[in-house]
Amino acid sequence: MPLVTGLLWLLGCQLVGEVVVHALHAPIPGPVVGMVVLLVVLTVRGRRARPSARAGRDEWSVHVAADVLLPHLQLLFVPAGVGLIGYGTVLRSDGLAIVVALVGSWLLALAAVGWTAQLLARRSAAAERGVDGSGA
Amino acid sequence: MSWFLAQPLTWLVATLLVYRGGCAVRDRTGHPAAQPVLVAVVVLGAVLVLLPGDVASRLAPFVEGTQGLVFLLGPATVALAVPLHRQLHRLRGYLLGLVVSLVVGVLVSVGSSVALVRLLGGDETLMRTVAPKATTAPVAIALSGTIQGIPALTAAIGISAGILGAVAAPTVLTWLRVRDHRARGLATGAVSHGIGTSRMLLEHPTEGAFSGLSMGLTALATSALLPVLVPLLVRLLV
Repeated sequence: MPLVTGLLWLLGCQLVGEVVVHALHAPIPGPVVGMVVLLVVLTVRGRRARPSARAGRDEWSVHVAADVLLPHLQLLFVPAGVGLIGYGTVLRSDGLAIVVALVGSWLLALAAVGWTAQLLARRSAAAERGVDGSGA
Repeated sequence: MSWFLAQPLTWLVATLLVYRGGCAVRDRTGHPAAQPVLVAVVVLGAVLVLLPGDVASRLAPFVEGTQGLVFLLGPATVALAVPLHRQLHRLRGYLLGLVVSLVVGVLVSVGSSVALVRLLGGDETLMRTVAPKATTAPVAIALSGTIQGIPALTAAIGISAGILGAVAAPTVLTWLRVRDHRARGLATGAVSHGIGTSRMLLEHPTEGAFSGLSMGLTALATSALLPVLVPLLVRLLV
């Protein structure tokens, strides 16, 4: 039963997300808004839970469903990947430009985000140490 | 035989079988390129290409059979809130750093892809088509249409960028000496959206959580910046 209840929570949050996106004409997918909705639900629920329940590792229905779905997230992308064979003719005409732009820009952006994020993480850690002196 | 190949169930079973095989290969070899998503796409893609008939009619039963898996992407995306909630304490004092990193990511990703296409002789439509490639597929398709790209081609390029991330992101980040788990997750989600996230979830809980968060925020930031950024780049480069 926890799996069914958990899936109900996930689909419920997705539905709320889809409604919000539809109502606001927002240019982002319903499930991404649903993720934010679920995060709010989890945070509110975590605050309300008794400390004993909080300490006893999260075993709410939605955690059960997430732990079933997420380890196999790759499986859910297989159909989209196989669908690439339908684009063979489109890719052939500008193939080189597309491949170089794809790999080059992927690498540049990966480095840019990774380095910026790491630098700023060190800064924030150093600032925290400066404040409380504990080094935590 | 043609009856058998026209059954949607055949292709669902084949997909699960090949994915299962891909997991076994990954667990046995431990080689980073042996990602189940790559193995499954290559094997099933090759089978579908080699079958007789035109591509569209061969793909139809496959698409029908795997509809259920595609549907599960919705609740699975929502479920990314769970690892994020478990890691929420790591976000404290880091919110500004996170936002700055992701905006830098959008600027570099869009700017470099458009410039590289131009450099290699691509036309304006192709420049517009590659611009939203780092975002998750539904966003990439919608944005591509908004900025007069070719949505289907944007989706294909974006999915390729995702698979590239699932295969190579952890290794490349190690080469680049990015060791902070939050930074590794953010970088992967920013360039390889959900497909990259699927790999990071298996690498480290913090990396998976931050990759999922990065995917969502990159979609949001790209949606906001692209309508301004692309006309500017086109004017500068064409």
